[in-house]
Amino acid sequence: MTDLEFRGDAATDPVAGDRISARESAGGITRRRMMGYLIAAPTLVAAARWAEPAEAAIPTIQASDAFDLSDLLNLAAAATANLVSVRVNSDGTASFDLHRAEVGQGITTATAMIIADEMDIPIDRVKITLADARPELLFNQLTGGSNSMHSIFTPVRAAAATARGQLMQAAAAELGASVSDLTARAGVISARDGRSATYGALAKKAAVTRSAVVTPQLKTRAALQLIGTDQRRIDGPAIVRGEKQFAMDLDVPDALPTMVCRAPTINGTALGIGNAADVKAMPGITDVAIIPHSTYVPGGVAVRGKTFGQCIDAIRALKVSWSAGTAPGKSDASVLADLRKAELPLTPALPGKTVEEVFTFHFRPGDPLETNCAIADVRSNSAEIWSCCKSPIHVQGLIATTILKMPLAKVKLHVTEGGGSFGRHLFADAAYEAAAISKVLRKPVRLMWHRTDNFRQGRVHPMATSRVRMTYLGNNVISHDQRHTSVATDFSHGFGDAITAVDAQLPLQNFVQFSTTIFTLTQNIPYDFGVVTQLLNEVYDIQTFNTSSVRNIYSPDVRTASELVIDRVAEQMGKDRLAFRREFAKDDRMRAVLDKLAQEGGWGRSLPAGVAQGVAVHHEYTGRAACLVELDTRPETVNRKIEKGYSGPRVTKVVYVVDVGLPINPLGLRAQMMGGVMDGIANALSYSLHLKDGYFLEGSWDDAHYTRQWNMPLELRVIVMPQTTNEPGGAGEFGVAATMAAVACAYRKATGTMPTEFPINHAAALDFEVSPNIPSIPQSPTDGLKKAGLKRPRRKRKATKKRTKTTTAKTRS
Amino acid sequence: MPVHTFILNGKRVSVDVEDDVRLLWVLRDMLGVNGPKYGCGLGVCQACTSHINGKAFNPCSVPISLIRSSDRITTIEGLPATVGKELHPMQEAWLDVDVAQCGYCQPGQIMTAVALVEEAQAKGRKVSDADLEQMHNVCRCGTYPRIREAVRAGEAHMPRPKRRRKKKRRT
Repeated sequence: MTDLEFRGDAATDPVAGDRISARESAGGITRRRMMGYLIAAPTLVAAARWAEPAEAAIPTIQASDAFDLSDLLNLAAAATANLVSVRVNSDGTASFDLHRAEVGQGITTATAMIIADEMDIPIDRVKITLADARPELLFNQLTGGSNSMHSIFTPVRAAAATARGQLMQAAAAELGASVSDLTARAGVISARDGRSATYGALAKKAAVTRSAVVTPQLKTRAALQLIGTDQRRIDGPAIVRGEKQFAMDLDVPDALPTMVCRAPTINGTALGIGNAADVKAMPGITDVAIIPHSTYVPGGVAVRGKTFGQCIDAIRALKVSWSAGTAPGKSDASVLADLRKAELPLTPALPGKTVEEVFTFHFRPGDPLETNCAIADVRSNSAEIWSCCKSPIHVQGLIATTILKMPLAKVKLHVTEGGGSFGRHLFADAAYEAAAISKVLRKPVRLMWHRTDNFRQGRVHPMATSRVRMTYLGNNVISHDQRHTSVATDFSHGFGDAITAVDAQLPLQNFVQFSTTIFTLTQNIPYDFGVVTQLLNEVYDIQTFNTSSVRNIYSPDVRTASELVIDRVAEQMGKDRLAFRREFAKDDRMRAVLDKLAQEGGWGRSLPAGVAQGVAVHHEYTGRAACLVELDTRPETVNRKIEKGYSGPRVTKVVYVVDVGLPINPLGLRAQMMGGVMDGIANALSYSLHLKDGYFLEGSWDDAHYTRQWNMPLELRVIVMPQTTNEPGGAGEFGVAATMAAVACAYRKATGTMPTEFPINHAAALDFEVSPNIPSIPQSPTDGLKKAGLKRPRRKRKATKKRTKTTTAKTRS
Repeated sequence: MPVHTFILNGKRVSVDVEDDVRLLWVLRDMLGVNGPKYGCGLGVCQACTSHINGKAFNPCSVPISLIRSSDRITTIEGLPATVGKELHPMQEAWLDVDVAQCGYCQPGQIMTAVALVEEAQAKGRKVSDADLEQMHNVCRCGTYPRIREAVRAGEAHMPRPKRRRKKKRRT
């Protein structure tokens, strides 16, 4: 503490409860205080952290605590190193290096809003960048569990408030006025006599030469003007101009395009290349090398060349011998049989009437639109990596210790913005692989996965079954048992640090320490149903299939199974499906979203035969949600022709009511629910992978049917409930589960048949031609002009200056 | 190696590259034009959608040898210049509606949208629901409803085409 000077009585002066969060915890409400720091720097740098560590110890099964880093920091000599900080620049802007990944969920915008609001600065003067891997942040650099806003809201506010407070002090000195006579607005501090100073002008004067501790004065809720208002994305202008930079857009010298020829079956390893020299001699190709499959590196045969197109040609020309991989011969049917064998028994039945069903949920992709990609420049004693990582501390540690065998400090990991994630970037497969390739080739590489590889060798949502049995007696539901049996979900990223991640690789640790923990902490039945049990069992180890926490993890499947059985129970008890849910809802917040849904959704309106409504609710991320769906299953709709598209039953209307506690940016929140709704529709109706002979058959977006324009609801309303608590709950994944369940319930009602297999089109004959698995990727088409309606003769008539015969690989395709 | 030349966003460019390399890689890997994104390389996801002589197309599916010296290729970077403004009305609409989430597919969506409106205008009509229903571009963030809203808003502010004979009206 020798470098710190205390100002005020930060250690004893509690900040008013309504200003600082009251957080929900297992033991009830805990109130904690923030401490502000002024950090010695050329211009003003203000930071903050929780005053007390959390009650929980590391690494406890209380995930919600472990995710929150501020809880785990201790007041060590290097206290200021662990902080997240706001920097005020001489041009009047404020900078913040965000310790979370932006992957489309809008946290850069929300963070800018929080800082702008607390500092009284226009939002366009807040500059948000993504922090490199910072091991000193321990658990606090994980983007997952829809937890970002929940965990950073108060610390960021406190840092911004500390900055504002110090700017006021500096202005008071500058203007010869007392702080109470000053007002701050839009980055300018004014005295009563009209004199003023800008934040830019004060940035240096407000800087300190000795770091100090202060008590941040956070604004009251009423004084916050931006929080709770619609704000457009701060990266919108860059996006629409095509200027937003993703990993593959970065200019890193000599990082040439690199791709990997992958095994025909899941996780096969390359044993030998029959024609390495020939392929290396192909146009543009600079390198060909085997990269063995390992726990972290997917691997295969890497090719590096002048363009990605030439890498594709080279991959298609390679002759490689492969091992069988980790799932040889496995198919949907064999995995289902293994899941059935592993199902845990139900509790002994209670007296009463029972309803019981078992459901199957097939593998589905976890793919964002940007494929796995990373740039790596590995030198003999240092390395620099660029990739979108949601657990960068863990990734940096692994690359240093396991892949490169270098001291941690020699590995720099830059977090790039991601073209979507949906859980995928919790794992940095591309970063590991790029590092491994660059190490072998001794050259910088720009590694990009092919789309087909992303589907076939990438991470997926695990296949699962879910058995639900409900018992009712008279007017009461007396039990709800659920046995969820799943292919193992890989949680080996731990909670984003090096320690718990290593544990997860130990035999059984993934299940004991993470799967069951996360299942228990995320799953609940939001109804008073008497004796409720929900248990998870898993099959296979985490190396068999490549899985990850795909958006909303277990909840979409678990909730769908439960809500379908609830519908049957409601009907057997002679109750309206929505009224039944309201009657048994556990709390007032849930009843409020259901009331709003009934009021705004047109529940119970008359619809033609084959069209029906479904309703479902969800409670997670400290929020409540309810979804109403109308689904059209009439033949003329189901069989409508879409060129190269899957039509099927059409969701015609969705009304989604969501209570997240404190909504920060309702415009962004509605966007997240919209995306979740599209995922829920896809999960229920059309989006899956077919496993056969040890590999997934789908290889493109026309094979795996994620929601497209022709599937989306013609009417979508997202209703954000007014603020109900002092803290923002999770948003990024919160739209999926209730939607999937409501679509399934609508399907049951519309068809009169209980759907027991999801998505509902999975069992039908394949509607696409399976692309070969050798070579591992298809060639790009050549008919782009024809499809655009341009007629071109096969040969160019003029134009090129020279017409030499080329030695390109035309004939191979 | 053959030299290929064409007009890219209003400027003539020449590249030395083998005939069968797809235009997407010429743009991204050789010319550093990164607005068109890779999402599949199969002409399916449409993230690379750009314009050739005013028509939407997928550069991932066109060998460079098929491109003529007179061809005008417009990527998202060159779209504002086609209307002589800082931003094309469709880009403005995308901002107003706050369409984007991750933003990866949006350059392609915008280029498809502009061509869709221009095609409808050429037929003397407005973009129909059926037109929007057929937009093939994948948005994995699921921004489809806002895309539809923005196309309509952008259409309202797009310049009318210079006199063209109206062909048969179709609705």
